[in-house]
Amino acid sequence: MWFPRLASDRALRARPVDGAPFALLLTQANAERLHCLNAPAEALGLYRGMSLADARAFCPDLITAPADPPREARFLSTLRRWATRYCPWVGIEGQDALVLDVTGATHLHGGEAAILEDMRARATRAGLSLRLGLGDTRGAAWALAHHGEGAAPPGDGLATLGPLPVEALRLAPDTVTGLQRLGLRRIADLAATPRAPLARRFGPEPLRRLDQALGAQPEPVTPEPDPPHYGVRLSLPEPIGRTEDVMAGAARLLEPLCAKLLAQEAGARVLTLSLRRVDGGSQSVELRLASPMRDAARILPLFARGVEAAEAGFGIDQLRLEATQVEALQVQQLGGPVAAGAAGGPALDDLVTRIGTRIGLENVQRFLPADSHIPERAFSIAPAAFSRAATGWHAPRPRPLRLFPPEPIAATGPRPPGRFRWRAMALDTARATGPERIAPEWWLPDDNWQRGVRDYWQVETRQGRRLWLFHTPQQPGWFVQGEFA
Amino acid sequence: MSANLSQCFPLRRSRVHEVCGPGATSFAAILAARGTGPVLWVRQGWDHQALHPLGLARVFDPARLLVAQAPGQVDALAVSEEALRDGAVPLVVTEIVQPLDLRQGRRLQLAAKAGATTGLCLIPEGMGSNATETRWHAAPRLAAEGEDSTALRWEIIKNKSGTLGAWDVRWDDTAHRLHVVPPAGERPGSARAPG
Repeated sequence: MWFPRLASDRALRARPVDGAPFALLLTQANAERLHCLNAPAEALGLYRGMSLADARAFCPDLITAPADPPREARFLSTLRRWATRYCPWVGIEGQDALVLDVTGATHLHGGEAAILEDMRARATRAGLSLRLGLGDTRGAAWALAHHGEGAAPPGDGLATLGPLPVEALRLAPDTVTGLQRLGLRRIADLAATPRAPLARRFGPEPLRRLDQALGAQPEPVTPEPDPPHYGVRLSLPEPIGRTEDVMAGAARLLEPLCAKLLAQEAGARVLTLSLRRVDGGSQSVELRLASPMRDAARILPLFARGVEAAEAGFGIDQLRLEATQVEALQVQQLGGPVAAGAAGGPALDDLVTRIGTRIGLENVQRFLPADSHIPERAFSIAPAAFSRAATGWHAPRPRPLRLFPPEPIAATGPRPPGRFRWRAMALDTARATGPERIAPEWWLPDDNWQRGVRDYWQVETRQGRRLWLFHTPQQPGWFVQGEFA
Repeated sequence: MSANLSQCFPLRRSRVHEVCGPGATSFAAILAARGTGPVLWVRQGWDHQALHPLGLARVFDPARLLVAQAPGQVDALAVSEEALRDGAVPLVVTEIVQPLDLRQGRRLQLAAKAGATTGLCLIPEGMGSNATETRWHAAPRLAAEGEDSTALRWEIIKNKSGTLGAWDVRWDDTAHRLHVVPPAGERPGSARAPG
């Protein structure tokens, strides 16, 4: 199954243009080139790889959009899952084709012709252009899909493939050019040529492809593995409503889920417990864990708070537990140096998870050092669940324990004022240490540093406050930014 | 004369203590430096007086610090109760802005007892709870000329199981030690009436 316009069909499904020429653009080697075109654009003479400027000259009303290769790959893998309705053995071929091994599966759909008809009808309904090729081998099917659609009758491969051009053998472009220069334009010509001189001239590739297309050399279809699905469900004959019952149900669901996670060497990061009520309503309890986990006994108590808050109504008759976000988690030796040496360890992770269910996991934070001499930028704040503790704090000069946005005070002159008012307190300076000049990082624009360089002073007051003041000599002014002690 | 500081500091475990005054942050930081293991600092998110890790680095390693930003006082108390009861964090520092009633203070005490952890509440002055084990007042002290500027004055202004006292202390940030400066003819409680 070849989708010749997969990318543009995908884009046009979301936003149709009603027959206007349309193209997706991809930036290659600093130039915007056409990546995929729809049928009207191809009819106007545009082709893949053409630069956008040339295309605009041909066709001024061309509608364009940027291409998104990762999304196209995802779309193709969605199509791959859809294609398993025809047979279980489905692989991905290149960037825009699927290969299906329908051996022994065609009679379920009423024969080969019927299965092709069904595929075509469904693809047309979905707005995808599709070209089909059916053959004894993978190579024959590819050749037929790309060059002169059709189905090869079983057995006699060369009779059907013979008239097709040599490009149909999945060869590199320069090999194709070389073969054409020798007058070998069709597959039948190539098959009739003596093999040894051909191999000496072009290497083993053309002969291998020819053998694969004609069935002399096997080429298996490799089906993509389905991603493991971490979800379990429990349907109840009678609705339940008590918290303990729901927790017992969740415990029953957690065991197979954790066994599956263990088999895949994965750990759940986000778990969702969906409770379906008798009246059709549904609510979900989401649990975000501070570290990947697959230990049922540890996860279950963490659900308690969410389950208590859930509304049972007339009763719950189905529970569904799914690990919506999964991370790799190696099997660990219990009591090993890794388990014992980690800061805090599992008990701390559980605590962070429990606190996180109350105030949000991103609100439990830790400080990480950052490379900057600006006091506000010398650290960064990261959620504790998604970062590791880092060392390397370096404070060559005293820094305040508390830092706040600069608060202006009324003072003038380059020396700290003898008396000043701050937060409705009258303070007398007893001792001032400084200045320490800190220049702004001019390569990073920062609104807070608009006033230029700052001269920082440690000011001890007679009233007992120990403050961090700064003076901005370029635009005179005094500010309080922090407090020691 | 004051009692020996080592009888009261580091603070008794399995209890919740309070500290007020302008030096409360450094009191909490020095207490964290005396212990080991992670420290949970429960703050209220709207408070813009953020902790500065480079300042804390002179007292203890900020890698040990976890900060919980609670949206309000009720959540802050719930978080610190949870952490005290759990026992995974030996020291929980909570910033309080409204006075605790007897029930809230008692709940924190019971949680600390269950988890064998130490709790410390940073309170505004005069907003102490009756359930607290000890209440301290910490303030920077203006040291004589030539001394370094880390001198602090710590006073116990409430103690359920001991005597009151006042000490002049100094944090040595190269040796990471707390020095008690001998009192210069000062009697405990002469600077402020014990509360």
